[in-house]
Amino acid sequence: MTGIDVDLPPAGGLGAPAPRREPLLTPLATASTQAEVEQLRRNGRRRQGGPGRVLTWIALTLLGVVFVYPFVWLVSASFKPRSEVFDNRLIPETFTLDNYVQVWQEAPLALWLVNTVIVTVLAAVTVTLSSAMVAWGFAYFRFRGRGALFGLVLATMMLPGAVTMIPVFLIWNSLGQVGTLTPLWAGNLFGSAFYIFLLRQFFLGLPRDLFEAARVDGASQWGVFWRIALPLCKPALAVTLVFEVQAVWTDLMRALIYLRDSDTFTVPRGLKSLVDAFGFGGEWHWEIIVTASVITTVPMIIVFFLAQRQIIDGVASTGIKG
Amino acid sequence: MTSTALTPGLGSPEPTGPHRSAPAEERRRSQQKARRRNVRSALLFLSPWLLGFVVFTAWPMIYSAYLSLTDYDVINDPEFVGLENYAEMASDPKILLALGNTAFFTLVQVPLYVIVSLALALLLDRAGRAAGFFRTVFFLPKMTPPVAVGVLFLLLFNGQNGLVNTVLGWFGIAGPAWTTDPAWVKPGLIFMSLWTVGSSVIILLAALRNVPETLYESAKLDGAGFWRTSTSVTLPMISPALFFIIIVNTIAGLQTFDEAYTAFFGSGNTTYSNDAALFYVIYLFQQAFEFLHMGYASAMAWGLFLVIMIVTAIQLIVSRRLVYYEGEK
Repeated sequence: MTGIDVDLPPAGGLGAPAPRREPLLTPLATASTQAEVEQLRRNGRRRQGGPGRVLTWIALTLLGVVFVYPFVWLVSASFKPRSEVFDNRLIPETFTLDNYVQVWQEAPLALWLVNTVIVTVLAAVTVTLSSAMVAWGFAYFRFRGRGALFGLVLATMMLPGAVTMIPVFLIWNSLGQVGTLTPLWAGNLFGSAFYIFLLRQFFLGLPRDLFEAARVDGASQWGVFWRIALPLCKPALAVTLVFEVQAVWTDLMRALIYLRDSDTFTVPRGLKSLVDAFGFGGEWHWEIIVTASVITTVPMIIVFFLAQRQIIDGVASTGIKG
Repeated sequence: MTSTALTPGLGSPEPTGPHRSAPAEERRRSQQKARRRNVRSALLFLSPWLLGFVVFTAWPMIYSAYLSLTDYDVINDPEFVGLENYAEMASDPKILLALGNTAFFTLVQVPLYVIVSLALALLLDRAGRAAGFFRTVFFLPKMTPPVAVGVLFLLLFNGQNGLVNTVLGWFGIAGPAWTTDPAWVKPGLIFMSLWTVGSSVIILLAALRNVPETLYESAKLDGAGFWRTSTSVTLPMISPALFFIIIVNTIAGLQTFDEAYTAFFGSGNTTYSNDAALFYVIYLFQQAFEFLHMGYASAMAWGLFLVIMIVTAIQLIVSRRLVYYEGEK
């Protein structure tokens, strides 16, 4: 459940009727053919003359530098000694790995990374499976009140996380789970509205005959879902998985609410504690904060490059479907 | 666009075919039985969400509404106080401050965010083969954890020797103390937030590429110039995507928390906290989990809910006039 972070998996736009266009995430069509078709269309359109194109490229390059430079600055600063962190040099004057050694000593960073990996994997896998189950329930079965019930699913996306935050905290508190990692992922066992919506759209595009035929051949309802529908749904499952990995890895508020002991921190929560201890309110050891920020961010950059297509197609299709 | 499934999809209407030779009564009964089995299977698949809805949404909403009428510090039992929390909100100067900060942030950030992402998408749309590369470049910051974005804000916007002021200095501009001067904290946070426009750029680019080529061709035949084509073809065709981005970012802006909290609040920052960055959800979080005023914080949450509903409703009404949906007549 990504209740708090409304940003990446955009959760709004409910009242708006979906534009009548075919979703990018269409089953049985790979994203690469999609991209190729797009490319073909692009090449045919508004072919520009020389000066226009050159200006576009100059603008893009300058903007590209602006967007990449903060990363470069951060990584570069993490290799500088304390006195040079703010010198804004691209190449460190004095190159040192001390910060990486020191941050490991100052903070249980390995533990934070392990905690975050555990939470992220559990959260992403459970939300993908549970949301797929529910999405299948809405896509395949026909029953009275289906439309209204699905409307309710969509309506929950509009609810700000702040409204349920306190009672949900009290639930976990009464179960004695505050201070453990459980509240950070266990809510995902029950599916998440945005992903249910996404996966249902995908299931609706699959040919019904396939499932009817399997039923006639004696497959159980579960068998149809598990052995036929799910494998066909891999592209959408991948998008769900990756979105949730990103949402959970970067989640700060839930970690602030539920984690108390430094040994149980996730990386974002740990980084926040380092900012408190070594930042402007603390001891001014910015080289530690900078290095920890790099360590927090790098896994997400790796995830992006591993799953670039899923992420970009996923984001693009959420906007198109509205 | 591409792939149209040749066979009817799950979404298509049920194939109707007359059953042969079964006597009506028996057929009706067996159909009824099948339908009941069908509903039972459906419920089984829906059960995770149904359970989660009751436990993590419906009950919490009811309980939160109740808590908002009480004084509750988690340790002692809730004490019923009627509408006192709401009355207190009306006279709490920090609520006014937080609302003002949040309104300023949202009103300035959302338009800038939309303009910047549209500009980037338009550039990408005419970038030809380089589009894929620059799309990646613009999206990458979106992967950065918000905590790290908050850290980057403190570092890059540092008043004395931050990168931003150094670059401004090249042009003879003396940059302000972005991270300490109350007048400049919010503008600084807004500029920083523009770094993460990536997902909106992708959505708008996809929308731009979905505009049918034929529309541009007929506009050209009709003698429409660049301006006319932009306002009469491009803008209406991408208006649903623009509207989507505005709604989502407004809702997110009203709940902004991570970056500002990282930079200015928390246990170590009591001497450094900055009232200019006290956004509504930050104050709500403090009330709930730092001061343990659960009742008051619940009332604040319902206030936020109300604000979001009103703002979204206004946007929906306005959009009816401005947004063009292709499929509608």
